[in-house]
Amino acid sequence: MFVEDVLIGAVRSGTAVLFAAEGEVISERSGVINLGTEGCMLTGALAAFATASWSGSPWVGVAAAAGVGVLMGALHAFFVVTRRANQLATGLAITFLALGVTAALGSDYVAVEVNPLNPVPIPLLSDLPFVGPVLFNHDVLTYCGLALGPLLWVLLNYTRWGLVLRATGESGAVAFAYGHSPSRVRYLAVMAGGALAAVGGAQLVLAYTLNWVENVTVGRGFVAVALVIFAAWNPLKATAGAFVYGGAVSLQLQLQARGVDISPFLLNMTPYILTLAILVAATRGRAQRAPDEIRAVFGTAGA
Amino acid sequence: MKRRVIWVSLVLVSLVLAAGFAGSVHGATPLTIGFLYVGPKNDYGYNQAAYQGSLAVEKAFPNAKVLQAENVPETSEAERVMERMIDDGASIIFPTSFGHLDPALNVAERHPDVIFLHQGGLKTAENLGTYFGTIYETQYAVGQAAGMATKKNKLGYVVAFPIAQTLLNINAFELGAQSVNPKAKTIVVFTGSWCDPAKQAEAANSLVDQGADVLTQHQDCTKTIVQTAERRHVLSAGYHVDASKFAPKGWLTGSVWNWGPLFVKMVKTVEAGKFHGSPYSHRYRAGVKEGVIQLAPFGAAATPAIRKKVTATYNGLKSGKIKPFTGPVKDQSGKVEIPAGKTPTATELEDTDYLVQGVTGKIPG
Repeated sequence: MFVEDVLIGAVRSGTAVLFAAEGEVISERSGVINLGTEGCMLTGALAAFATASWSGSPWVGVAAAAGVGVLMGALHAFFVVTRRANQLATGLAITFLALGVTAALGSDYVAVEVNPLNPVPIPLLSDLPFVGPVLFNHDVLTYCGLALGPLLWVLLNYTRWGLVLRATGESGAVAFAYGHSPSRVRYLAVMAGGALAAVGGAQLVLAYTLNWVENVTVGRGFVAVALVIFAAWNPLKATAGAFVYGGAVSLQLQLQARGVDISPFLLNMTPYILTLAILVAATRGRAQRAPDEIRAVFGTAGA
Repeated sequence: MKRRVIWVSLVLVSLVLAAGFAGSVHGATPLTIGFLYVGPKNDYGYNQAAYQGSLAVEKAFPNAKVLQAENVPETSEAERVMERMIDDGASIIFPTSFGHLDPALNVAERHPDVIFLHQGGLKTAENLGTYFGTIYETQYAVGQAAGMATKKNKLGYVVAFPIAQTLLNINAFELGAQSVNPKAKTIVVFTGSWCDPAKQAEAANSLVDQGADVLTQHQDCTKTIVQTAERRHVLSAGYHVDASKFAPKGWLTGSVWNWGPLFVKMVKTVEAGKFHGSPYSHRYRAGVKEGVIQLAPFGAAATPAIRKKVTATYNGLKSGKIKPFTGPVKDQSGKVEIPAGKTPTATELEDTDYLVQGVTGKIPG
């Protein structure tokens, strides 16, 4: 069935972006934009693939990805929090660094054998009509991803931890006055964000492509950053956004496979056009909802 | 003190430079050959096949210096890589990707003394020839394997771009499938990239969702689709190189390149100063008969009946008795593209701009 197939595809191809987007929500809520998300995904993907091939276990690969993601996040935090460098420039530099380093280190790992993360259907739930195949017939990381948005939403809105994070994002000075170190909060947030993006990269190569090649993420990290803005820094909306992106990727291929008379090149653009269109449509009111410290990055604070 | 440091370093630098020059004067310039690949040399695909060819050259000319460049984009970057190879003494260059042709033509014009052997192109120059293999021949045989193996009569084909090379393969595959199973249909999906594993994964999954139970592909890197097919419990036919180890249950067979002997022959011809006027200085096309195109080993999914049929077809292609494109061949709209009884030459076939009847999917126009 067409709708069901597209939705299955949406979850299948949106999950990697989902992890990166939720990570970016944490980072931006603390007041740090990380355009290095793309780089975190890439290094995570390579770390996961290489480690999984050495160890024979995909889960060791996922753990390695998370570790590398923490380091990449710490690198970004060092420059933008400790050294107060420009966030956008630093993030881009980190992405380009990751692109080069993974291309060089990864050349021996192209198409090596790994044990992938295979789908684990959830008993009973996966037998439900429609909902079963769409939501409950995936790999374990996808289930984690599905739970991530709601979990983060609760953490942000109903815990002390979330309050401190949000306060730091709105005004580092105020958080400081209340006895919290903004630097420490931001370091932790950016490192957590890097880890999630890297796990997204791991999910991409271990559960989805089953292969590593140079630049295997092809811009998914940037899509994630854009989605966070469109989602107004809300983790639930970020989940929805990631699946809209995944759905667009899936839709165009499902249409082609059904012989629909539209240029595949036009269809290939759908994910990006859709993301852009939603961004444009959503920007007006959203800018007001941006954490104040993020607005400062764009020089629109107090506007 | 500071001045002395500067002097010492100057002396050291000049010593190093002098040593470098002496080295280059001493060694008689060995034959140097450069290979450019658009992707990684271990992609289980197009680039790996060409790389294996370069290894055969290395073996046949032990004194030659073979320069390798992976992941060279099809832009002016390719020109820079070729210029650097020429600086390093290259007198023969193999730009092995379709899109390396225009950069190669530019460099060829600037270096008339260097010979360029381009893979798969349609244009040539005084010192640039292009070679390719008629791999659609074995795709016909592979199509027969798929046509016999399918239970749902739906075959999936993941393709990068709609160019003559890819259209020929799709058509030959479908014609082969029809020859053994008139109900077999091929569904085509274009990814718009030679190697984007995420696109490949989604394309392969979409085709399986659509009911395709045999997948094949025209991509540079092949692992994702072969392994995804295996994971979804459908069969796969490979392309470029043998990737059967990724599909221990579902592998049928596939079309593979055997570039080594041809590369060696071409380099020998250039070395002997006989390039100009040789077939390699124009558009050179070789196939099963010349041994450039072969079948991948049969896999677990190939039944004895399939093996027998496909082997017979392979032998027929070798002897020239079987021509995959024998008229009448009709396009998707029913228009006769090849009249009854006609068998176009390899060069004529390279003008193909249609998909045959039985293929679902559209050429973007």
